[in-house]
Amino acid sequence: MTVETSTWVTKKGLAQMLKGGVIMDVVTADQAKIAEDAGAVAVMALERVPSDIRAAGGVARMSDPSMIVGIMDAVSIPVMAKARIGHFVEAQILEALGVDYIDESEVLTPADEANHIDKHAFKVPFVCGCRNLGEAIRRINEGAAMMRTKGEAGTGNVVEAVRQLRDVLAEIRRLQGMREDELFVAAKELQAPYELVKQIANDGRLPVVNFVAGGISTPADAALVMQLGAEGVFVGSGIFKSEDPARMANAIVQATTHFDDPKILAEVSKGLGAPMRGISMEQLAESDRLASRGW
Amino acid sequence: MRIGVLAVQGAFAEHLTVLGAIGVEGVEVRLPSDLDGIAALILPGGESTAQRRLIDRWGLRQPILELAQSGTPLFGTCAGMILLARDIVDGDEPVFPLLDVAVRRNAFGRQLDSFEAGIDVSMLGDQPVHGVFIRAPIVERTGPGVDVLATLDDGRIVAVRERNVIATAFHPELAGETRFHRLVATMAAEHDDPGEGSGRRHHPTRRTGLAR
Repeated sequence: MTVETSTWVTKKGLAQMLKGGVIMDVVTADQAKIAEDAGAVAVMALERVPSDIRAAGGVARMSDPSMIVGIMDAVSIPVMAKARIGHFVEAQILEALGVDYIDESEVLTPADEANHIDKHAFKVPFVCGCRNLGEAIRRINEGAAMMRTKGEAGTGNVVEAVRQLRDVLAEIRRLQGMREDELFVAAKELQAPYELVKQIANDGRLPVVNFVAGGISTPADAALVMQLGAEGVFVGSGIFKSEDPARMANAIVQATTHFDDPKILAEVSKGLGAPMRGISMEQLAESDRLASRGW
Repeated sequence: MRIGVLAVQGAFAEHLTVLGAIGVEGVEVRLPSDLDGIAALILPGGESTAQRRLIDRWGLRQPILELAQSGTPLFGTCAGMILLARDIVDGDEPVFPLLDVAVRRNAFGRQLDSFEAGIDVSMLGDQPVHGVFIRAPIVERTGPGVDVLATLDDGRIVAVRERNVIATAFHPELAGETRFHRLVATMAAEHDDPGEGSGRRHHPTRRTGLAR
């Protein structure tokens, strides 16, 4: 019997197991337990949630390994952690810790203005952010085993997440309607390799699981992106910046499963307390937008 | 024939794809009413901690137990195996204690220890099953009524059957494997036709349920 570890199938397979679920940002082991008890399928261990990273300013880096290990010890569900875009040494450190997934994340300050991490070189799988299909395919080409649209992290505003998810899915539908000889030009325009473009045109979907991130802060937000075609959601600041995190977390989990059942959505949306306050996009200077990081 | 796939969370779409490939209609199950008229139920991979909360929140536990006790086939993969175990080692209370086994969650370690391997399942023929193990569980104890369907080379148990309930620690649905689903469909057809195997088959043209 030959046994192969860290194959492409096992890397993207873990993301398949997370589908229809909610991945929650947590900054302490206690928060990780609350998330697990509320039904999170995984947690993202980080020192500050995105809204606090925004407020603090300065350079945002990989979290302290002792804090990440503390969270890995506290819960039985998968633990993800963030590395800066292009910072392959932070990724090496996270792999050495044994995290289950690395998020090469625009929420942290990029370490490289041209290159992303060569994710094929790692045994641990990566999730990456995208704003459009071209970015998604470039990240998958670099070895990302899971995608998420970036949204606009730490705003509590779902508008960017909706725009980006619609963009990605509309681009896929456009490819599906093309003749084979038109896909060459589409690949050029998407700045993406032809083989992946052709595969996506054939399959009508990305070759990896695609979640939505950045701005989900209510059960209705989660159900909205699920109805639009997301395969699951990341919730960052939206849970632990709300008035009653345990209830909000559980309600978003329920809404992600029953996204197509308005009666249940009404039921789980009752009496949750205040969601996070949120920022409108007009209040946000172009330089404060995190989604434009990554290329 | 319609086969249900528990769709509260996890890789349920992959099971529906396999069912489609063998010509069986698949039904997503999120609420008790979705169980009406299904001939078998598949419990997919996913996170068992999340799935158990969704099962309990919407009252799926009792109707699924009753379905199994009436002889309807159940098939669990990975997290589904955990949900079907009578004992979960160092873990939570059982959900559907239908398999007299003890199962350990994440038995091989973290994601870095996830693997693929060819598994001999003699019940399914000579061609090995391509097993995908993702943060997979393992069976550490089996009761007297449990058949071991497959083990790793070191003897650790990765597939079991007890009466109408089958469970695998790995994911046949991620590897283009259809034989487990065919087996479940066959068991479902046998369960639907109580004459099967009794030696007293109805005449093939006998009509039932027609108004006189």
